[in-house]
Amino acid sequence: MKAIKCVSGRAYPFGRENIDTDIIIPAKWLKTISRTGLGEGAFETLRAEADNMFDNPEYAGSPILIAGDNFGCGSSREHAAWAMADMGIAAVIAPSFSDIFSGNAFKNGMLAIELPQEAVDRLMEVAQTDPIHIDLENQVVTTAFQDRFPFEMDSFRKNCLLNGLDEIGLTMQRDNAITDHEADLQQQQPWLIPSR
Amino acid sequence: MPKTLYQKIWDAHVIESNGDTALIYIDRHLVHEVTSPQAFEGLRNARRKLRRPELTLAVPDHNLPTTARIDPSGTILPIADPQSAAQLAALEKNTAEFGVPYIGATDRNQGIVHVIGPEQGFTLPGTTLVCGDSHSAAHGALGALAFGIGTSEVEHVMATQTLMLSQSKSMEVRVDGALNAGVSPKDLILHIIGVIGTAGGTGHVIEYRGKVFEEMSIEGRLTVANMSIEGGARAGLIAPDDKSFAYLKDRPMAPKGEQWETAVRYWKTLHTDDGAQFDKSVTINAAVVAPSVTWGTSPEDVVPITGHVPDPMSFADPSKQAAAQKSLDYMGLAAGTKMQDVEIENIFIGSCTNSRIEDLRAAASILRGRKKANGVKWAIVVPGSGLVKEQAEAEGLDEIFTQAGFEWREPGCSACLGMNPDKVPTGERCASTSNRNFVGRQGPGSRTHLVSPAMAAAAAVTGKLTDIRDF
Repeated sequence: MKAIKCVSGRAYPFGRENIDTDIIIPAKWLKTISRTGLGEGAFETLRAEADNMFDNPEYAGSPILIAGDNFGCGSSREHAAWAMADMGIAAVIAPSFSDIFSGNAFKNGMLAIELPQEAVDRLMEVAQTDPIHIDLENQVVTTAFQDRFPFEMDSFRKNCLLNGLDEIGLTMQRDNAITDHEADLQQQQPWLIPSR
Repeated sequence: MPKTLYQKIWDAHVIESNGDTALIYIDRHLVHEVTSPQAFEGLRNARRKLRRPELTLAVPDHNLPTTARIDPSGTILPIADPQSAAQLAALEKNTAEFGVPYIGATDRNQGIVHVIGPEQGFTLPGTTLVCGDSHSAAHGALGALAFGIGTSEVEHVMATQTLMLSQSKSMEVRVDGALNAGVSPKDLILHIIGVIGTAGGTGHVIEYRGKVFEEMSIEGRLTVANMSIEGGARAGLIAPDDKSFAYLKDRPMAPKGEQWETAVRYWKTLHTDDGAQFDKSVTINAAVVAPSVTWGTSPEDVVPITGHVPDPMSFADPSKQAAAQKSLDYMGLAAGTKMQDVEIENIFIGSCTNSRIEDLRAAASILRGRKKANGVKWAIVVPGSGLVKEQAEAEGLDEIFTQAGFEWREPGCSACLGMNPDKVPTGERCASTSNRNFVGRQGPGSRTHLVSPAMAAAAAVTGKLTDIRDF
């Protein structure tokens, strides 16, 4: 995973609530066996609408998406995060995220930042004309107009993101602890795990 | 200190805890063709293998066409769509290369992951079970802590048999009393989602409690737990009881003999202790639940079948007003229309929510001796697994369906998600027993009304959304 310290640039003032992962990437795009190239299908049904902001030259290619409540609900498809990354999105700001989407975003080095509705409303306004700055190290979103919105971030996730850590590699270093747990399991619930 | 069922299962799986996050052992991993190829590729690139392939079970379901798979001479038929064929071939190749137990497309045990897990006894009480599919919540019906994961997590589980997780909050959904005649578990879970909303359970694990769930069959519980994610909860639990043990006994992968006795003794401890506290609690009176139907493009857009399409302005929240208007435009519905006046062109009975034998029996009991209406162009029944299909055929249900004008198909996810040939045409409506009515979910421009199996069957007969209690 690539290390990420901050994300700066224009933002899509999207703002819609309950955006499900079928909207982010429809199922017909899930037949791929690769992680890349899904940007083409990202927000496909919305992009079929005339004057959609994703194809508006004012916003196209923005690294930040500002969304409404419950972003990424529905299916667990990580293709949603891959598709957004492929279209150049590095961070999403919303009042809340579905649990699975925020996990998937994290695994792909994409920031899923929760801010109160009022802060999101203010950033929606700024995004119409000006860039937004996200500082992960200091956990704050700022604008050129002295706005300053601190955000929460799980310390484990923050560390992984800042240092671009490979989570599987980290867990594999805990091999002894996992092996001990399996040994206990074989004792206590032998039906769950065959012994070797 | 008294503990919730969720807390008990969580505690039993913590390998190490580190402030916000814990390393959690995963006992069972279900794999299908759509969310696994990139995970296998990741392992290959890093020269890693599966830590515990024997705790993993793979089966194709999402992409697989539901038309005949073998011709009369016994030859396996090719899959027309090259991308689907490639993804299905990748699963077969990857499972062979990494030594993962695999149920192939033409195996009689093949089916939807969430149907075969319980059916094979792979799903067991008190386990942690994951799958790269959000409807994994279904397995909570047997008291497993089960949830959907993304592909990076699939790879993490494959390599380490663990996940790094932060603990969720606990939420109780209590339904006391008894469901009225004609009201099924599907109607109840739709009603619950209508009450709590699609984000009502976000950050929480739901435990369904109360008389109604105690009385409910395991298949009904699977329907309820399955849709927990539609209420935002990654997992839903129902405490295992004698019904659960009877359901699991003698299943191929369930423990046997002395181990069975030991397992049942342990499983009997898996319930929320008296006095345990939930972070959130919702109580619903079973008597107020009617046969339910959705009108919009979110599973929370639920009304009783006797109700009307709501006026968007009737919602207090301005953003909900706008969303409701967008939904009605997409659905081609006018505010104030009686739900029972909505005409239906397509019927889908199937999906991991409603494709088990009891679901098929409920639909068949309505269709016996009846035919689908002329206005219904396409009606299909897709059993959840090969074993469900065999059972239904042994009971003669397939004949009831075909005589009523339904197509009787091979097991798979089918028209639930629009990624195999089974799709609802643009602009047409479908009364569907699946779990999501999202924009484009059953195919581009498709309009979905979520209902129970009996309600789908009734809609097929009348050509309109119909109150099952009138039958």
